[in-house]
Amino acid sequence: MRVDFTKPAGMQRKQYRDFVDGISPKPNVLVNVVWAFLVGGLIATIGQGLLTLFLALGLPVLEAGAMTAVVLIFSAALLTGLGVFDDIAKYAGAGVIVPITGFANAMVAQAMEARTEGLVLGVGARLFTIAGPVLVFGLVVAWLAGLFYFLFR
Amino acid sequence: MPAAKKLGQQTVFFQNPPAIIASGAVVGSKEAEGPLGKTFDRVIDDPYHGEKSWERAERRLLEDAVQIALQKANLSPQQVDFFLAGDLENQTEASALAARDLGMPYLGLYGACSTFYEGITVGAVLIDGGFAERVVVAVSSHCCTAEKQFRFPTEQGVQRPLTQSWTVTGAGAVVLAAGGSGPVVTHATIGKAIDLGQGDPSNFGAAMAPAATDTIVRHLLDTGRGPKEYDLVVTGDLGIIGRDLAEELLKDHGFDLADRFTDCGILIYDPQKQDTHAGGSGCACSAVVTAGYILQQIQAGKLQRVLGVGTGALLNADSPKQGETIPGIGHAAVIERR
Amino acid sequence: MIFVMSFVVGGLICVIGQLLMDLTSYKVTPAHILVGFVTAGAILSAFGLYQPLVELAGAGALVPLSGFGHTLTQGAIRGVERDGLLGVFAGPLEAAAAGITAAVVFGYFFAILFRPKG
Repeated sequence: MRVDFTKPAGMQRKQYRDFVDGISPKPNVLVNVVWAFLVGGLIATIGQGLLTLFLALGLPVLEAGAMTAVVLIFSAALLTGLGVFDDIAKYAGAGVIVPITGFANAMVAQAMEARTEGLVLGVGARLFTIAGPVLVFGLVVAWLAGLFYFLFR
Repeated sequence: MPAAKKLGQQTVFFQNPPAIIASGAVVGSKEAEGPLGKTFDRVIDDPYHGEKSWERAERRLLEDAVQIALQKANLSPQQVDFFLAGDLENQTEASALAARDLGMPYLGLYGACSTFYEGITVGAVLIDGGFAERVVVAVSSHCCTAEKQFRFPTEQGVQRPLTQSWTVTGAGAVVLAAGGSGPVVTHATIGKAIDLGQGDPSNFGAAMAPAATDTIVRHLLDTGRGPKEYDLVVTGDLGIIGRDLAEELLKDHGFDLADRFTDCGILIYDPQKQDTHAGGSGCACSAVVTAGYILQQIQAGKLQRVLGVGTGALLNADSPKQGETIPGIGHAAVIERR
Repeated sequence: MIFVMSFVVGGLICVIGQLLMDLTSYKVTPAHILVGFVTAGAILSAFGLYQPLVELAGAGALVPLSGFGHTLTQGAIRGVERDGLLGVFAGPLEAAAAGITAAVVFGYFFAILFRPKG
């Protein structure tokens, strides 16, 4: 008996949860991890190539890093617009989501879908659906770190 | 005193069973490529249907399905008493806009993906109660409006879990009438919203299986029938996982449906070729399969009596974020060859 | 050598993300993953633990979103060294200005230019 319907609701829920967990297919973690490692590594290596290039062109180290980010963001935004980013992500998973490319994709995907709701309340607002939380938490932590550094350096 | 047309706890029966005199099923290209591709009336390849937004496209699909059904019945919208419709957009806007364009007196329904069977039930009650001669029931769903509404933007890079279903793009409509030829609706069982604590919005099958089971069990107990009295018990959009769960739950209740139990979400796609994971879902899933394949099978005499169970996951975009679990619902209707 | 290290470290950081996506409950969405990496990078950076990784792997540590968090924190610290308390407020965004502007501007133009395929 999978779920005993004479039992109290709480116990039925637990029995049912175990039953569902047993029957639901699990993601193939090994395959996904290999994809994520290879694609994530590839994007990082392309980033390193850009970084090396910008340094060779004489940019200081921080500016070279920023320009690398700009190029990667441009590429991810373009691929999202062309409708291929989601096809890549289907296989590469975290390999394209965790790099800065995933951040750019999340912004453009939200915004382009909101185009039908207008430029201000649609595109303008929805660009920050995911970028907003990312900036909020990044800035709060960085601000706290800066404050502690100011007080206790 | 029990109500005159009620059986047991949740079932109603119709003294003069309303007939389904015509139906219309319109789908997108993915559905047309599936195993049931040839059973649909019309295929719209462009997800925008020539409109500027998916929402407008969905409304057009709904109108198309209604017009096809009316045309087959040789009726004009003015000859229809009531229009019952629903969809998955915010405040069922696709149905409201279609109702505006079609100009029929309109009752908006929301039962998530169970809306088609909810509509058949309400429509049959109106007709058998003597409140209407002809009722049109129609629902729609669109994979892109549903993803936008409930999940992620379509171009966002996400990996769909294997438990997730694919929302059917399409619309189904039926014309119910007090007289006329066609399969008839003899009974309906109105389901309870049942929640066994599933909260995962990417596994609707698991959320809905207990409700579908409860409705089927209640229907069989209320009518005193056994599963063998039905040629087919077909749920709306439980998908592969949900159907397996429901089959086991039904066994727990002492009913073995075995191979007479299937699901519209399983019938409509080929999961190997079409990468749909758990199967089809959405209002249109049960609607286009019922309005197409199932009614055709009944009319061809291959099925005599079918228990259709529309299934719905009753969540909104915010409820999972607020930690709510997902209640499921199942509404059943008996469709019989006459 | 730096290319090999950036491949390995960049790949491994993504593997952590993949494991978080596959092995945690459905409540962890892509938005949570992105926020988690930025926050983790910013915190590690504050304790001086991220800079060694950047020196080891270059873009392998900078390209993942944890590198964005690191950039924000380092911006705050440089801001303090330059401007004191004002730098706490101005530093983080100054350091990330190019990336954020690029994402907003490209995001805006591509969102207007293209229509989602669905």
